[in-house]
Amino acid sequence: MMRGWLRNDGRRGIRNVVAVAYLVECAHHIAREIVLPFRDRDVHLIGFPGCYANQYAYDMMRRLGSHPNVGAVLLVSLGCEGFDRRGLREAIAATGRSVQTIVIQATGGTRSTIAAGRAWVEQARMQLDAQPTVPVALDELTIGTICGGSDGTSGLTANPAIGRAFDRLVAANAACIFEETGELIGCEGHMASRAVTPDLANEITACVEKAARYYAVLGHGSFAPGNAEGGLTTQEEKSMGAYAKSGASQIVGLIKPGDLPPRGGLYLLDVVPDGEVRFGFPNISDNAEIVELIACGSQIILFSTGRGSVVGSAIALVIKVSANPDTYRRLSEDMDVNAGRILTGEATLDEVGDEIVTLIEAAASGQQTKSEELGHQEFILTYKSFEPIGPACLPAA
Amino acid sequence: MSTSVEPVERRLLLLSGQDNVVVACANLQRGDVVRMDDKDVTLSADAPVGFKIARRDFASGEKVVKYGAVIGSTTAAIKRGDVVHLHNMKSDYLPTYVHDDGAGFTRR
Repeated sequence: MMRGWLRNDGRRGIRNVVAVAYLVECAHHIAREIVLPFRDRDVHLIGFPGCYANQYAYDMMRRLGSHPNVGAVLLVSLGCEGFDRRGLREAIAATGRSVQTIVIQATGGTRSTIAAGRAWVEQARMQLDAQPTVPVALDELTIGTICGGSDGTSGLTANPAIGRAFDRLVAANAACIFEETGELIGCEGHMASRAVTPDLANEITACVEKAARYYAVLGHGSFAPGNAEGGLTTQEEKSMGAYAKSGASQIVGLIKPGDLPPRGGLYLLDVVPDGEVRFGFPNISDNAEIVELIACGSQIILFSTGRGSVVGSAIALVIKVSANPDTYRRLSEDMDVNAGRILTGEATLDEVGDEIVTLIEAAASGQQTKSEELGHQEFILTYKSFEPIGPACLPAA
Repeated sequence: MSTSVEPVERRLLLLSGQDNVVVACANLQRGDVVRMDDKDVTLSADAPVGFKIARRDFASGEKVVKYGAVIGSTTAAIKRGDVVHLHNMKSDYLPTYVHDDGAGFTRR
């Protein structure tokens, strides 16, 4: 049975994690050392490396610290960095979570801060372990999807199978989020036709045009050399395959990192920054996108991979769906689902879609995913900037 | 072409009827004979899983269609049975970005 932890805002977490967050790179080592003895006890390391945190960094950390899968938060500050640590602590405390700040410069340096941090985490862990669980239904889940290490099979097997799973989840009123607008260049006309209102359709088209302009300035899109080694030739070819992850449901909203879906349904997450190109690539690696999906409330990420990614994540669960049967054979210890069976005629898209939904239910019942078992807790957050979404992006139900 | 018979054999995948390329769903090798549209063709290069194979002859500068959508243009003449990849096709978007409203896209 799916079970979780009820938070003050009504959301339910399917894990009860203590998050240890460094507020500048200078506090990273100490935060990591604090986490180390608890690595198998749902204590996860997150953080922001920059000294001059902007609004995006602050909003992301606030959303991550009050994510439904997080039960308590330890903030580790050097002391002189620009992060508004008091604002962050107060925002997290207002959600009813246990939160503490340790300032290295006020605590006596590395050893004493590590000791103080571990003592706090130990008591927070015991407190969370004593919390009762409540039942969780599919309509209380937010599920994100991403593809990484794509090849010519991603768009044939894993992505459309995730699309089938999304259709079932949306029908059960879960919130489902697809993203990577740079990988949807070429699909904007079709996407717009799936929008629930004409105004939302215009917003979707504008957001893909923004992505295309952004990538034109950078000189290329989100097309890695490994994609070509797997048989993909162009950005638009990769886009068509990536788009299949969204399934066939109506698109009910367009959100940006840190926006929470107000209800169930299918949402597009715009991950390309607004304004001039300032901080380089929109997302420097797959985990940067995963972190943004988590900041939108995703408790589970469906990760489609052709070449074979091995990553997991801090805070949320990652279910890896292998697109390529050869990759599955080589990396089976890391893969939760073998969608390559579609290519070899051993399974249909619908069967693999059903298998993914069954795995989501199992993971939300406490079963570990492969990346969780293997200890993967990747996390990366860098500078970006966004304008708030417009009123047409979330039409009233 | 009759629509009542499979247009390509099972080691190949035709994603959409209008496509002028097919996708290898087995690791095919140069010299392998495959069957497309009721005619045999000998592969001129290796085509690992996920790679594209020309369904017909192309001149340079023609549109390549996969998933029923334009995915780029040829940059060289291509023969039926050739592998279609970076050496003989390119994107219409990047790095030389030409905007297209995506009207040619058809969902599978």
